[in-house]
Amino acid sequence: MVGRGNREGAELFRKWFAALNDTAASGGQAAYVFVMGSMCEILRTFGLPVVFPEINSLQMAVRHVAHDYLNQAEDFGYSPDICGYVKADVAVQLRSGEHPMGRIPKPAIAVLTNACNTYIKWAEIWQRMYNVPVFTLDVPGTRAAGMQTWPGDPDFENDRQYVLSQIKELIVLCEGVTGVKFDIDRLRESMGYANDMSRGWKHLLEFNRSRPALFNALTDGTIYLGVTNGLRGTAEGARFFADLVEEMSYKAANGIGTLNDEKYRLTFIGVPCYPIFRRFNELFTQWGGVFVHSTYLWFASGGTNLGYEYDLAHPLESLAEGLLINVRDAMDSMFYQDRAILEMVDQYHLDGVVYHPVKSCRTTSTGMADNRRALMAARDIPSLFIESDMMDRRVVAEAQMKNHIDAFFEGLASRRQKETVTQ
Amino acid sequence: MAYAAGVDVGSTQTKAVLIDEDKNIAGRALIDTGANVVAAAEQAFGKALANAKVNEEEVEYVVGTGYGRYRVTFGNTQVTEISCHARGAVHMFPGTRTVIDMGGQDTKAIRVRASGEIVDFCMNDKCAAGTGRFLGAASSALDIPLDQLGPTALRAERPVRISTTCTVFAESEVLSWLGKGKKIEDILQGVHQSIAARSIGLLRRVGIEDEITFTGGVARNIGMIAALEKGLNARLNVSEDSHFMGALGAALFALDHIQAGRNPSLAGRS
Repeated sequence: MVGRGNREGAELFRKWFAALNDTAASGGQAAYVFVMGSMCEILRTFGLPVVFPEINSLQMAVRHVAHDYLNQAEDFGYSPDICGYVKADVAVQLRSGEHPMGRIPKPAIAVLTNACNTYIKWAEIWQRMYNVPVFTLDVPGTRAAGMQTWPGDPDFENDRQYVLSQIKELIVLCEGVTGVKFDIDRLRESMGYANDMSRGWKHLLEFNRSRPALFNALTDGTIYLGVTNGLRGTAEGARFFADLVEEMSYKAANGIGTLNDEKYRLTFIGVPCYPIFRRFNELFTQWGGVFVHSTYLWFASGGTNLGYEYDLAHPLESLAEGLLINVRDAMDSMFYQDRAILEMVDQYHLDGVVYHPVKSCRTTSTGMADNRRALMAARDIPSLFIESDMMDRRVVAEAQMKNHIDAFFEGLASRRQKETVTQ
Repeated sequence: MAYAAGVDVGSTQTKAVLIDEDKNIAGRALIDTGANVVAAAEQAFGKALANAKVNEEEVEYVVGTGYGRYRVTFGNTQVTEISCHARGAVHMFPGTRTVIDMGGQDTKAIRVRASGEIVDFCMNDKCAAGTGRFLGAASSALDIPLDQLGPTALRAERPVRISTTCTVFAESEVLSWLGKGKKIEDILQGVHQSIAARSIGLLRRVGIEDEITFTGGVARNIGMIAALEKGLNARLNVSEDSHFMGALGAALFALDHIQAGRNPSLAGRS
């Protein structure tokens, strides 16, 4: 049973991309969506395959081919300073969907939220390339840490109506694009599976509060994250998380950690360093450091970490509610990290916090230094600040990175030694 | 008497320091690193032994540091130069709370506690702007030896403003100022101020707290000391051995190992 989640997650991923490849081969089209507010539940109701260009791009970096795509987009005229995810996708489009995991179908529609400013400019590229409809769902109050309103509050109910009216518009648009009549029971079914996955995702994250950590939040977590997004609202996704929770329960019962000798429990803040994904993690594990949690598992799951479950008796109203709550949380976990990380430090018994701002995404990276300062002022916990990128290996300096990481662990070791002597 | 050694293999130069059990420097050596990093470490260590008039057998523990620390093949263990410079600086100047280490290809800002524990650090890690390489480019463009850059800069009357932060472009900017008829000392002062501004930016990121200790090879440059002191509006701790601070810190870590081996209860007290 141990390792099943990773094997099955990878297999589901391959099948998903194989299906996309088949769609492309037969001239079919897909819905292009993003991880924060994917609207998969609605899109599946219309039988639309979903493409996550963010996931396509990171796969190129993990498979060490991103530079070819980035260079092509830059040759085409995109600046080196533009988000690497966007540029890699532009090159995929220029290559008629050619991707290391198969051919990516062209878009029939793009659906996005205002959770990320780049989403909006990115979708405009497809609009220009393919002249397809782009639906931007405006989620109000997405950045509101400590000031959120909740169901029942007049402001929240007002926002719910605003989002609900947009969902209804999206349904009409999808009917026009696909020629399929909206079926609320199909939506209810997809939302039911999404509920199972949401419950499973929350449970999974909570498992790592125990010592030793049962999974690596950076490496294993990214596999599970792929399923959370790519298979959201599907029977396969729901089954995967039921199995994964079973696997983690077994590991917890038998004290099977992800590292044989867990010395330091860490959290990872930001987007992973995909160009050297495995190596990056090794630079920590060789010191006995394990990532037990990550804000990536919050915002890149679109806020699924909250475990929000839809009320299937009122699917559309509940979908609006879930979107408001989840997208807002995803954004707050990027822009108001300090309070959440303080809680994480206690709940997950952390020894250190690793910040990883990336060149590609200044939107999320710029505030990290401030968030870190706030954390350091509030709590005496060691933290590391290393800058690189999620896509572009030209700005990943491994020797310098190792130097930073080694010095960080030397500090952790010295601190622990002193604590031991003091005790 | 047992000795501990630290060997700091930097991008430009390799330094070795031997200390005795009372933490006194017994010997030191400095050589250019060159292409053969392993040989550079061996040679520096050998010269430090000779300088101290100590036999190799008397050295009980060796710590390698610097980018070539894993190429110190005779070393017992490795420690990053970040930890070593902090350790050396606090040992040399116990009031140190901030360290600025300026080497051949990187500049580090380190904030430490009174205990020597590192609170925070940062360094240039994408380009060599604000490092010794920038001075090397100016030295090459102006055909002035490195050790004359600082004294020459201090004679400046109307420093120019060097706007580029790119080490490669610095050379062409220096030449363009020459073409405009500016005096060499004014251009050099501009170069020093540019590097100082960049380094002070790093210091601000970790938070500046008195006392500030300046380490690394560039700490031998009196023009850079003056530029940093002016920019920071503070006096810097600078030692004759600032250049050896990383190697000294490594030797102190080596001594910890020797002492911990003899008395395990001492582990972690330094």
